[in-house]
Amino acid sequence: MVSQFTIPATVPGRFGPYGGRYVPETLMVPLLELERSYEVAKSDPEFQARFNDLLKNFAGRPTPLQLASRLTAYLADSGNGPKIYLKREDLLHTGAHKINNAIGQGLLAVQMKKPRVIAETGAGQHGVATATVAAHLGLECTVYMGTEDMARQALNVSRMRMLGAEVIGVESGSRTLKDAINEAMRDWVTNVRTTHYLLGSVLGAHPYPTMVRDFHSCIGREARAQILAAEKRLPTHLFACVGGGSNAMGLFHEFLKDESVKMVGIEAGGRGNELGEHAARLAAAQGFTGARPGVLQGTYTYVLQTDDGQIATTHSVSAGLDYPAIGPEHAWLADQHRAEYSAVTDAAALDAAQLLARTEGIIPALESAHAIAGVIERTPQFTREDLVIINLSGRGDKDMDTYSRSLGEKP
Amino acid sequence: MSADVHRTTRITRRFAELRDSGEMGIVAYITAGDPSFAATLKFVLAMAAAGADVIELGVPFSDPLADGPTIQRASERALKNGATLVRVIDLVREIRRANSLASEVPIVLFSYYNPVFQMGLEKFAAAASAAGADGVLITDLTPEESEEYRCTLAAHHLDTVFLGAPTSTAERLEKIAACSSGFLYLISRTGVTGAKDALPDDLPALLRRARRVTQLPIAVGFGISLPGHVSVLGGLADAAVVGSALVSEIEKATTANPNAAGIDAAAAALTDRIGSLKDAGRSGLSRRGATANRGEVAT
Repeated sequence: MVSQFTIPATVPGRFGPYGGRYVPETLMVPLLELERSYEVAKSDPEFQARFNDLLKNFAGRPTPLQLASRLTAYLADSGNGPKIYLKREDLLHTGAHKINNAIGQGLLAVQMKKPRVIAETGAGQHGVATATVAAHLGLECTVYMGTEDMARQALNVSRMRMLGAEVIGVESGSRTLKDAINEAMRDWVTNVRTTHYLLGSVLGAHPYPTMVRDFHSCIGREARAQILAAEKRLPTHLFACVGGGSNAMGLFHEFLKDESVKMVGIEAGGRGNELGEHAARLAAAQGFTGARPGVLQGTYTYVLQTDDGQIATTHSVSAGLDYPAIGPEHAWLADQHRAEYSAVTDAAALDAAQLLARTEGIIPALESAHAIAGVIERTPQFTREDLVIINLSGRGDKDMDTYSRSLGEKP
Repeated sequence: MSADVHRTTRITRRFAELRDSGEMGIVAYITAGDPSFAATLKFVLAMAAAGADVIELGVPFSDPLADGPTIQRASERALKNGATLVRVIDLVREIRRANSLASEVPIVLFSYYNPVFQMGLEKFAAAASAAGADGVLITDLTPEESEEYRCTLAAHHLDTVFLGAPTSTAERLEKIAACSSGFLYLISRTGVTGAKDALPDDLPALLRRARRVTQLPIAVGFGISLPGHVSVLGGLADAAVVGSALVSEIEKATTANPNAAGIDAAAAALTDRIGSLKDAGRSGLSRRGATANRGEVAT
């Protein structure tokens, strides 16, 4: 199927008006160096061979595309449920899709002769992936993490430390992902000559949004081939959770030109529609307030903010979705109506995690549980002919304390 | 009055005066609204009276990723007290209306991009210019992303100050200088804002690189807090920017004692600081005077 939709070939690093490079001057030369190194790596067979080898033999790709038959049956029972497949990124080494990008950027750090990598982390999955790759490649590693997130994702803090990474708690702001990124950028601007900033999502200044998407595009390439093999047709819908949006872009990218495939990004609706109670940047139609285009942490995109341009605090039960901006390519896909975005609440995500555990024997990460909840909430709008792929971006071990509490148990 | 006179800001005039007298300028940064706007008004006038040549008014931002802990805390305090960009622009107007010789001090607004972008470039430039600001520096805006911003500010006769960094190549320094007016702000070292004991060894080389690409006055900032730092820059730079050290004085005096007495104590401490830095700047005269031509210093 040939699509009307094409990614505009405008300025490099721009998705329509979004993206760009809004950073202190000190970071410009390192960003340009990174862009050049990445361009070289893209067409360097040696780099690609090394990348693919690590994806396969270290991370465990390809991941299965699993028919979720009992979840499908459960939803069919209540009406018009679709046929559901899960892209099992949770089965990757370290337990989430984040390892794809960490391997890619880790190899670039080696290529750029940077002996040290730093990273921010929210849920801890990107921090663990970075610490893992740093250990594997012999790089020094420091991870910044908000202290609020360190408390709710304690298991991942222990994992990073066991892998030899230094984990630095960030006390500023809301002590979550946004604040961890600020602190990582302060480290980078200081140690820029020896350090690569291994940014964990499709956020930040060019080339990060493009590069991180590309490193994750194996998700969509595999899924597309797998669904064609299993069903002899393309899916009707793709669902993925969207914090910064790397797992979603990884899945969506390969399907952008398949016009019949609807793409849905699920944001964190938190516990209310008012600014500060959610992390829904593109779900204004559902009444979530406070998002407008603006500049945060290097990129121009939709940002939750006050009337006078101060960045808002956010809330989500899921640390990985608890962030006030969204990747600039998602902003563009939303404007173009190529993808749609909606939000589900904390409570809906917790229920969805429980349902997936009981029907499929899979405990999903709280982030991924939002994507499940997004499908559940749309059940009445589906037909039996619909074929859905949900990106199960991570596993839920890290969230057991939160799940236990929501089940009414003492952790 | 000719158009040219209109276009010369207080910044350009002050640097011309400094050049004539062979003095190093002192550029003083404080965060607006910390701990209150009334206090900032008092601090600005005190620093200008003590010899500060240019005032940089920091516009508080929730996510100051280029700033160290001192200015982060100041921004948090100011935001807690309800600081907004509109209020900072009002403060400029209040400074200009103050019954003081110091009220004509050149003023640069120092901001992150988002608050300015949200107000709208045209509305911001018109308001800042009408209030009496002379220039604007946006920490996270580089020449590449700045075309509309520069055109809009120039139309309102505001100087656009851009940052040069130790990592900037010669080519980039040239581009940065070409986009700058008023002065060029050189960052002394890789890092965030904050006071340090010593200036980096490669700073003179960076200054020489910058000199080669611009006739603009050059101010050096990041890590400058002591008269000794200013002396070292004598003959190399046109001005020294001091920020965190001043913000620190405000924090010390006003957190212990947040009333009028604390604010007076902070103003007195700022006066002392600026006075001693300015003394060092004036003695830059002799070193500057020793070289007939600043271009020779550069090479």
